[in-house]
Amino acid sequence: MLHSGSRLRRGLVEAASVILVVALLIWSLMPVYNMLLIALDPDEGDIEFEGILWPPNPSLHSFRAVVTQGYWLVEDFWRQLANSFFIGLMTMFLTTLIGSLASFALGRMRLSGSWLLANAPLVTYAVPASFLVIPFVRLMANYGLSNSLWAIIAANVTFATPYAILILRQYARLIPIELDEAAQIDGASSGQVYRRVYVPLMAPALAAVGTFALLLAWNEYLYQYVLLSSTRNMTVAVAIAQFFNSDEAPWNYMMAAALIYSLPPIVIFYALRRYMSAGLTRGALKG
Amino acid sequence: MSSVRQVLAAGLDALNRPRRSAWRRNRHGSELAWAIAFVVPYAAVFFAFVVYPVAYALWMARDPALYRDLIASPLYAQTVINTALFVGLGVNVKMFLALMLSGFFMRRRWWVKATLPVFMLPWALPAIPAFVSFHWMLIGEEGLVDGLLSALFGIQGPLWFNDRGLALGSNIVAYIWKWMPFWTLTFYAARTAIPHEIYEAAAVDGATGSRRFTHVVLPLLGNLYLVCTLLSTLWTIGDFTTVSLVSEGAPAYSTDVLATLGFHYAFDAAQPSLGVAAVMSALPVLIPIVIILMCALQTREVQL
Repeated sequence: MLHSGSRLRRGLVEAASVILVVALLIWSLMPVYNMLLIALDPDEGDIEFEGILWPPNPSLHSFRAVVTQGYWLVEDFWRQLANSFFIGLMTMFLTTLIGSLASFALGRMRLSGSWLLANAPLVTYAVPASFLVIPFVRLMANYGLSNSLWAIIAANVTFATPYAILILRQYARLIPIELDEAAQIDGASSGQVYRRVYVPLMAPALAAVGTFALLLAWNEYLYQYVLLSSTRNMTVAVAIAQFFNSDEAPWNYMMAAALIYSLPPIVIFYALRRYMSAGLTRGALKG
Repeated sequence: MSSVRQVLAAGLDALNRPRRSAWRRNRHGSELAWAIAFVVPYAAVFFAFVVYPVAYALWMARDPALYRDLIASPLYAQTVINTALFVGLGVNVKMFLALMLSGFFMRRRWWVKATLPVFMLPWALPAIPAFVSFHWMLIGEEGLVDGLLSALFGIQGPLWFNDRGLALGSNIVAYIWKWMPFWTLTFYAARTAIPHEIYEAAAVDGATGSRRFTHVVLPLLGNLYLVCTLLSTLWTIGDFTTVSLVSEGAPAYSTDVLATLGFHYAFDAAQPSLGVAAVMSALPVLIPIVIILMCALQTREVQL
């Protein structure tokens, strides 16, 4: 009887797992499905849900309108997407570069002894990014970066780098310091150690940190909204929000634009996913 | 991870070589110069975009009269409560569920493993489209949620953004939806890093199931959980996007959090100093969290 009891118990666990998986799938996909539902609706601005799970006449009309820039709210769509790409990729590149340089110096060189210096990046998080947007507006005017994409990149890099340094320093513990020393014995300078030893071995963590920075830039909206004033310099994120300020906004166009805007980070995320889980906390638990 | 294993093997090799302390001393000076050069880019960012704006913000919000105005304003008091609820519920529910789900995803069933990439989608999906979609899902009887409620159960769903509690709840649910995958992945990665021998040894001693969780997983993940919760709290106190797009502060600014209230003061009411004062009033909470975070990271360094 004991045997059939444990079999019953195992069956219940399996059933509960299946239910949880189904619930998780619905939970994760419902907002995305809602976007599709609205984007595929042929009637402009109609968001009425008619009790069926699929629009009666699905149409790609809204996607066509966005891609061909056939409506005034999306008339600079490609230019704005290029701006978003520029900001995202520059944030990714600069965060990885500055973060890896700083983590190398703090974790593996003479500076590593200083507790305060090592923790300085975390001080950044004492004041959240959104709290600094008001001074940032004045600051960027002082720096001559008003209405410039570089202002956004600077803000993104500022708030992505501390986390990058944290993750990179943890991951770097997996790499024995003796490896650096062996390279230096062979005559390598610290710059060469960084380039030839540190960066190649840190690749998974750098991919994780780069993805994090890219997604941070792609998620960011407040700074772009406040700092970018001209339509040509806007990003897609701001352009989507612009629909809310308009009286006769076609929501299906907005959702079509939003779906297209969602594709690049999803593609990059799934392309780099293999590195992600390795890079995120591998170093955190070693010991 | 085979590359890392090679690295570790190479490292052990290096360990067996004689020490080179004399050589190290000679190189000290040039290495320090390199170290400084490596830190300079970050230091420049730190001073130009953290120290300067923070100093500027404190200077803008230096007038004590601003804080008297804030304390006198019922809107501010309500906003502080909203922020505490949003952060307290949002962060803790999210982190707890993430910890539990990371354990679920460790199950060795192909369909559980296959769910993980789909479950990660909210994190990869940009915040703006995601929260705009949440807004439309909950817009009332035209929205997907109320539409489903009436189609499946014949109930008329509520007007989510007409009620403060429901609107606040909608913000919290949308926030959890967006950020739970990231922390689930973090805990999942940490769990996969626990060597299998530890589980096996624990199983021999009779620790399986829930006992394994309390006696093996929690002690190992405890500090990581604390660090992640603190970090997430810091980030969430400054969250602007969720509230500004999901409930938009509705009804009548009653679900605003500090970040959106500061924004209203500065850009809608043209009182930038008041806006800065409103957000800077969170510093007495933020600074202790940062100090605890630094200490938590420090203990882990000692443990390693």
